[in-house]
Amino acid sequence: MRRSKLLYVPFWATYVFLYAPIAVLVVMSFNAGESAYTYEGFSLKWYGELAGDDRIMNGVVNTLIVAVGSTVIATVLGTLLAVGLARYTRSKLLDAVSLMPAVLPDLVLAIGLLVFYGMIQLTLGLYSVILAHGVFAMAFVAAVVRTRLSGADTSLEEASRDLGAGPVATFMRITLPQLAPGIVAGALLAFTLSLDEFVIAFFTIGNAEPTLPIVIYSMIRFGVTPKINALAAILLLVSFTAVIAGQRLTKIGESRAQD
Amino acid sequence: MSRSRGRRLGAFVFLTPGLTYLVVLLLVPLALVLSYTVFQRGRFGGVVYEFTAENFERLVDPLYLDVVIGSLKIAAVTTVIALLAGYPTAYLIAQLPRKWKTIALVAIVLPFWTNFIIRVYAWIILLSGPGLVNSGLKVFGIEPLELLYNEGAIVAGLVYSYLPLMVLPLFAAIEKLDPQLREASANLGASGLTTFRKVTLPLTVPGVLTGSLFVFVPSFGNFVIPELLGGSKSLMVGNLIRQQFLSARDWPFGSTLALALIAVLLVLLVAQAWVARRA
Repeated sequence: MRRSKLLYVPFWATYVFLYAPIAVLVVMSFNAGESAYTYEGFSLKWYGELAGDDRIMNGVVNTLIVAVGSTVIATVLGTLLAVGLARYTRSKLLDAVSLMPAVLPDLVLAIGLLVFYGMIQLTLGLYSVILAHGVFAMAFVAAVVRTRLSGADTSLEEASRDLGAGPVATFMRITLPQLAPGIVAGALLAFTLSLDEFVIAFFTIGNAEPTLPIVIYSMIRFGVTPKINALAAILLLVSFTAVIAGQRLTKIGESRAQD
Repeated sequence: MSRSRGRRLGAFVFLTPGLTYLVVLLLVPLALVLSYTVFQRGRFGGVVYEFTAENFERLVDPLYLDVVIGSLKIAAVTTVIALLAGYPTAYLIAQLPRKWKTIALVAIVLPFWTNFIIRVYAWIILLSGPGLVNSGLKVFGIEPLELLYNEGAIVAGLVYSYLPLMVLPLFAAIEKLDPQLREASANLGASGLTTFRKVTLPLTVPGVLTGSLFVFVPSFGNFVIPELLGGSKSLMVGNLIRQQFLSARDWPFGSTLALALIAVLLVLLVAQAWVARRA
């Protein structure tokens, strides 16, 4: 196939565009000076300052609490929903409703929940964010588990039912073990999405102690410092490692499945 | 236990928990937002249950309508730029050897998995007065430019944030193409450009549409990027909605703006489905 050399220009431009801002961010995090813009020599002092910043540390803890809580809700409810939709109904409407939180603009879900919490006069806090994140995370878990279900062999489930097992027993002993990799993948996705989520958390947290993305947002609005760069560099390292590890894991899973 | 009773029990056990959650925390909230559009605002936020058409009258007030139209423009420009950058990139990735293909794709999505606020912040560092771009211009003797806090900065941030969502569906569509089609076209004497225009592009229209929708939707409703990169001058619908809910405390009007947002997106979804079916 002929490949025009000219195509390489936009190709490489795209990658430079994607990675140059990140590279600048990381370089500036090692800045010895006070400015986030002009480099004045190497230093690790901003990383040290990070560890002593209570707001950031509390933000990390709150983010983890929300992510764990919403992942548990989303994984349990999303898995059940996926099995229910795939095995016990053919309703297109229920399908659409289960996918809706993933398609709906986050801002719309955010104001909807704010209005709803206001109406039932719920005091806002971390748990209202957990419930809110559970909504969209569940949609992603359900979607991932369903993909796995549609590829699964149903003859084992049928055999189990023919032998007299009820739906719950069949689910626990046949379906669940078959679905395990899909459930883990869905849970990881839910966890990652919750860690980074800003808009919905911003609307549903009220005056409670904020999650990390909200802390970063208010720091940026207050002014840029190399401290934010240091925090950014650490977060970049964490998510890059997670994505690459996830990639490796799915590869191993795939090659095992093929064996 | 009889088979049909088992099925009904199964449907109940598996569907009830998730659907209840979705009804309470998704459908009821959306219905509330929808209903607020016809009521009056409360004095300290909330709503007074007296009917009014005032919210919709305000929506078509040029003051607000211009913001909606401006947001449509920004989202459209973002989508076109992402398409122009994303198509050649996806096209080349689709033709790489298998190993490089995976690496190139992971490299496209990798930034997408890092914190959204951090990615926007990177552009403040790049574009601000003493930032890197201006330092680079200084080397060539060019006076520093006002790069931040305008619509150009918003578009840069939006393209940066959502480009992976354009490249992935384009890649999927291009990779599915049978290379023999292009070879046949070339053998019949068509130039590279003609083959692209008459064979490749028409066959990848569904990918173009999906990618465009994926970029347009989050761009149109965005409030974080215009707020951090656009400064106080440039407002988008998202900023208006945020203002109405968190500072102006006019929830009914905020709900009406949100309804306008959803309406635009629904029209686009329907149009996309219609074109995709005909393509």
